[in-house]
Amino acid sequence: MLDSTTKLALAGAIALGMATGAMAADKLKTGFVYVGPVGDFGYSYQHDQGRIAMQKALGDAVESTFLESIPENDSERSIEQLARTGHQLIFTTSFGFMEPTLKVAKKFPNIKFEHATGYKRADNVATYSAKFHEGRYIIGQIAGKMTKSNIIGYVASFPIPEVVSGINAFMLGAQSVNPGIKVKIVWANTWFDPGKEADAAKALLAQGADIISQHTDSAAPLQEAEKAGKLGFGQASDMSRFAPKAQLTSIIDDWSGYYTGRVKAALDGTWKATDTWGGLGAKMVVMAPFANMPDEVKAMAQQTTADIASGKLNPFKCPVLDQAGKAAECKGGTALDDGQILGMNWYVKGIDDKVPQ
Amino acid sequence: MRIDLEPRAGRSLALDIGAPAGALAFAILLGGIVVWLLGKSPAQAFMVYFVQPLMEGWSLQEVAVKACPLVLIAVGLSFCYRANVWNIGAEGQFVIGGLCGGWLGVVTHGGAGQGAIGGWWIVPAMLLLGALGGALYAMLPALLRVWLGVSEILTSLMLVYIAELGLDYLVRGALRDPKGFNFPQSVTFDDAARLPFLAEGERLHAGVALALLAVAAAAFVFARSRFGFEVRLVGEAPRAARFAGFSDARLTIAVFAISGALAGLAGICEVSGQIGQLVPTISPGYGFTAIIVAFLGRLSPFGILLAGLVLALTYIGGEAAQVALKLPNDMTRAFQGILLMCVLMADAAARYKIRLVSGSGA
Repeated sequence: MLDSTTKLALAGAIALGMATGAMAADKLKTGFVYVGPVGDFGYSYQHDQGRIAMQKALGDAVESTFLESIPENDSERSIEQLARTGHQLIFTTSFGFMEPTLKVAKKFPNIKFEHATGYKRADNVATYSAKFHEGRYIIGQIAGKMTKSNIIGYVASFPIPEVVSGINAFMLGAQSVNPGIKVKIVWANTWFDPGKEADAAKALLAQGADIISQHTDSAAPLQEAEKAGKLGFGQASDMSRFAPKAQLTSIIDDWSGYYTGRVKAALDGTWKATDTWGGLGAKMVVMAPFANMPDEVKAMAQQTTADIASGKLNPFKCPVLDQAGKAAECKGGTALDDGQILGMNWYVKGIDDKVPQ
Repeated sequence: MRIDLEPRAGRSLALDIGAPAGALAFAILLGGIVVWLLGKSPAQAFMVYFVQPLMEGWSLQEVAVKACPLVLIAVGLSFCYRANVWNIGAEGQFVIGGLCGGWLGVVTHGGAGQGAIGGWWIVPAMLLLGALGGALYAMLPALLRVWLGVSEILTSLMLVYIAELGLDYLVRGALRDPKGFNFPQSVTFDDAARLPFLAEGERLHAGVALALLAVAAAAFVFARSRFGFEVRLVGEAPRAARFAGFSDARLTIAVFAISGALAGLAGICEVSGQIGQLVPTISPGYGFTAIIVAFLGRLSPFGILLAGLVLALTYIGGEAAQVALKLPNDMTRAFQGILLMCVLMADAAARYKIRLVSGSGA
């Protein structure tokens, strides 16, 4: 089957491949591994936006590659593929990539790795995450002010600490302005599945919720709220284009500053395997414009944002009561400490649900 | 005018081999056109997709590791499908196998139970538990079918979700790593609970050898054993089989047990070889992809081996294409779909003569 033209084409292709390889040699190659599609307009999309911003900021000094929709339980190979193809700094952006990242990192001690939302580090593995719960406190307050039915619907993904602490922060924020508020939770058991997420939102609306909050990645729950003429919050990115009348605000993950800083550190030779957990103050969490609400609610939300950013207000300031009304140990002095939040698997008082165990 | 499909009288070896090979070539051509339309070089894409992964030791290992569960499961399924028994739930049997074997990996963590006698027994016991778990789980649809006549297609499929949620539940609860900040995953297994690897730091694990063994054993059973004959006879001519004294019920149970055991074995190989701990989901859909592999390989063990390798290659090559050419991931999925369509069409063309008949035939 191989005629001479094909052979020629193949030879040309090999030569071309080598040529581009040689040209890229003096650039720092960075790789990104995403759990979802870059088109989810949520979590993975925001990571990719961070990558693009980093690429723009550092220009010709870097090259970046991404792998999307990588299943967590089969990711070791994908990460290794990046390591084998000359990538010097590799970001793995989902919790389930933790063990695979560590395994590959052990095999390639000269390559730098960064793992998002995990807790295991190594000499060449840094970790980073964002304090999403700070944003959840703010949207809780807004929901507490804006609800008429006093019932909030919450579409949750998986009962991991990040999601549970998010629910708690939301509830604490809501209770701070509206002590009688109720939160109804539906576990969609997915990060990204517009159909399932929409079904969850519909069920919550049918149960009388007039505001939908979500900890899943697609815009579907927010769109359901818009369709029903109710309100909601976006997730991970500004989703107002999907629901201009419904989105009150959105908790935006902004990785661009972090990625730019880390890649720059790698270029300068100052990169270290650090652990970063930044929130509103570090601008890793940003609130989308407050919309569809009266001015006084807007002012309150802006004030809360500023207070959390400056450290004046901590969403988990003591005392934090559990469902039985017992105060949690105050390991951080005036508030819960990072470890307590990062490992949270209990609900605060007033939430009428059980953490799925 | 209508189109008639007439079975060909004899089957020629040339057609049997030529049809899938031609289909592969045609699929590559179609894929090349799509790549060209995306503004990339088709020749370079072909190199990255199909040639480079076969040129380096590490990527060859990856192809084998990815093909391993697909081949193991598909070989088991070929027993069912040949006997006209429709086990759609290999994914569930895979998960239960991984869970049962993985449980032993969790409880022997940190040297537990390895004191006086050492840890040599753990891996064989895990494999046994995996196969046993898969086989027992496959008994549910098999017995329901035999005793109550319940469609095994529905029950085996539904049991997938139960298995997945069961694993999810246990990994969040009883089997969770107590030092893992409440994250839903188990402890990482001791080395004694990991399948042997080709070498330290390499990815090729002993499960691949088991897959090859399964292929050889199945080929022998189909070609040489009375049981293999029975499977084929019951599938192709159930009435004749009944006259010959073969029991439907016994065979249904046997083929379900075999495919369940192999799927469970694949599950524990994945957990003990590839992943090294229990996590909420252990399969990116191997049990379902294996159905495609079984049919691509025309239910023959060696065909399945080949089909499993080709499908694994498209995954590895697809990732390489994302890295090297920045081709989207969806391209890989689309190409797998194109490939399957081409093979099925070529299959039909090889088995039947296609004739245009004029007029309205009765």
